[in-house]
Amino acid sequence: MRHLVTSAVLALIAGGAMAQQTSLTLGMQLEPPHLDPTSAAAAAIDEVVYANVYEGLTRFHADGSIHPGLAESWVISDDGLSYTFTLRSGVKFHDGAEFTAEDVAFSLNRARGPESTNAQKALFAAIDEVTAIDDTTVEITLERPNGALLFNLAWGDAIIVDESDVETLETTPVGTGPFKFSDWVQGDRVELVRNDDYWGEPVALEQATFKFISDPTAAFAAMMAGDIDAFPVFPAPENLTQFEADPRFKVIVGSTEGETILAINNAVEPFTDQRVREAIAHAIDRQAIIDGAMFGYGTPIGTHFAPHNPAYVDLTGYSAYDPEKAKALLAEAGYADGFTTTLKLPPPSYARRGGEIIAAQLRAVGIETEISNLEWAQWLEQVFRGKDFGLTIVSHTEPMDIGIYARPDYYFQYDDPVMRAMNAGLESMTDPDDRAEVLKAMQERISSHYVNAFLFQLAKTGVADARIEGLWENSPTQATDLTGVRWTE
Amino acid sequence: MRGLVLGGLIAAIFTAAALISFLWTPGDVTAVDIANRLKPPGGAYPLGTDHFGRDMVSMVMVGARVSIAVAVVAVGIGMVLGIPLGLTAAARRGGLIDEVIMRSNDLVFAFPALLIAILITAVFGPSALNAIIAIGIFNIPVFARVTRGAALALWSREFILAAQVAGKGRLRISAEHILPNIANTVIVQGTIQFSFGIISEAALSYVGLGAQPPTPSWGRMLAESQTMISFAPHLALVPGLSIVIMVLGLNLMGDGLRDVLDPRLRKRRA
Repeated sequence: MRHLVTSAVLALIAGGAMAQQTSLTLGMQLEPPHLDPTSAAAAAIDEVVYANVYEGLTRFHADGSIHPGLAESWVISDDGLSYTFTLRSGVKFHDGAEFTAEDVAFSLNRARGPESTNAQKALFAAIDEVTAIDDTTVEITLERPNGALLFNLAWGDAIIVDESDVETLETTPVGTGPFKFSDWVQGDRVELVRNDDYWGEPVALEQATFKFISDPTAAFAAMMAGDIDAFPVFPAPENLTQFEADPRFKVIVGSTEGETILAINNAVEPFTDQRVREAIAHAIDRQAIIDGAMFGYGTPIGTHFAPHNPAYVDLTGYSAYDPEKAKALLAEAGYADGFTTTLKLPPPSYARRGGEIIAAQLRAVGIETEISNLEWAQWLEQVFRGKDFGLTIVSHTEPMDIGIYARPDYYFQYDDPVMRAMNAGLESMTDPDDRAEVLKAMQERISSHYVNAFLFQLAKTGVADARIEGLWENSPTQATDLTGVRWTE
Repeated sequence: MRGLVLGGLIAAIFTAAALISFLWTPGDVTAVDIANRLKPPGGAYPLGTDHFGRDMVSMVMVGARVSIAVAVVAVGIGMVLGIPLGLTAAARRGGLIDEVIMRSNDLVFAFPALLIAILITAVFGPSALNAIIAIGIFNIPVFARVTRGAALALWSREFILAAQVAGKGRLRISAEHILPNIANTVIVQGTIQFSFGIISEAALSYVGLGAQPPTPSWGRMLAESQTMISFAPHLALVPGLSIVIMVLGLNLMGDGLRDVLDPRLRKRRA
């Protein structure tokens, strides 16, 4: 009898192991503050809900290209001022409500309205009016032509919500995506389950759990123990070689939209002097930072632009590593004996480790830095909002964000009328070649003015169980798109 | 006795290393040399190099400096403020002043020391100075209590009574007769608090609230080595063992000192 029970149990276990796995546990370093991507800038929000729970009219694919989302197709008027979207029919929100053109008009008007707390309001700046023509047709009219509209509408900040849900979006997101929100255990995990009423191609996974592990050592242990199936952005690049050597795992290295820069406060002495900024740029050895802080993962950049973008120009030549030249420039600017400034560092290892390396490199040319390690909340308060800093290191992970150099009130306070004029011109252009020309000129402008010291493009270094396929290799936007993810065995 | 010698030797070696580091270290602890990073121990780098290519021997030497400085000053704060408080409480034993002093001590004791230290450094900003203050504050009640306990026993002794009869005031008796006779106990407690100071400093800098980079500190070296422990174990072993050996040495020294200095123990042995 006992023998029979044992074999029955064994058969059950074996049966369970044979069947295709349909649940996935993903690791993330930061927990989102809440789950509404339309009212906060935190990347962690989009990394949970984008494309999984929420959808917009258009959407990003893994390669960064823009594809139809909730809009099936669209027609652009000849003057570029009117976009008519045909919406998919039969789409339902997770609570059963019908998705209609009214929801699109509501969502976009809410995002761009005067009371909006949307973190990327600039995305909607060109929009004049959003009108629901019938249930499945929406017309967006623009004040001026905007070649980036379809791109802008693909952002997580432009997702479509139902008016009746907006009060509770932060804790119980309700979207149209292939996954429904199920549970959020604060401080631990967010659980999603498959939406069986999804309008599109059904997803392979039945359940997805995002687990938040802030400590890199714990993240490593959780991967090794099999508690986590995939860590799309693994926080400790030094551990990747071990994962590579282990046949149970695969390491996925791709690019992100994260321009990692040594940001310089352009509005305070001595950084108002371009020669001082140029000296800093020449004092920095990018490769040493990439090797020392990121263990070799990262691409050197000479301007604030992603190298995988077709319009990218390699401008690293402007800021080649040349400590002698840096010293000469400092002397010319009247700082032959150097000076002392602050270097405020947020928690990621690119900043903390990169900061120590940069401090050593700057010290070699006579610039002393007082390092202070800040938590994200302190960094946002002191540096980003308070502008109380000399130098800081941060990675700008928003896609196509060179426009921040046209905003004099942005935290590094670069005020340049030429840049503002170029950016205004860019926004009204629709022709890709014209846009590329302006983008190149903008890259050149900030690089040759040494606004910030441009370090490297952050690599996306993910680790996953070798049997998982379909995870994004690159990060064209802040997202962990699970729609194409499946277990192969 | 053997413990005292061994402990004293360990403490002396680390102290010497810390003092020498002011004048000379084998390598520069603030210069980054990526090409030579993560070198295992041996050759030109007896204890290897860290993830920035800095020589670990030099890091440990300068780290010892920070650890010892923090512990010395923190114990100093505890002694300078705690001993007079303890003497006063003993002199006024049973009175209101005694009650006030000892109950305030209990109050400070009631808080978990390290948590309050974290609170202090979090509020006033992380730095070696704030770590010293935070650790120092928690040394005050320790010394006050030890001093009072030892002094109380003396107040009923004949030679104190004689001094009182001779017309000496409480203050003079405390300074001239009590203090010299309890010095042994306080010194022994001092070495033990010293080792507690080393551990506290390591703990605070482990969580990023001690000495700030680029100043090396044992606790932070340990914290930074965590993710690399599987392929560069020396990064964790070197600062970890430094802390263990230093604390062990101080405790051995404290025990040995007590054996040597405490007349009661000596009598019992003999």
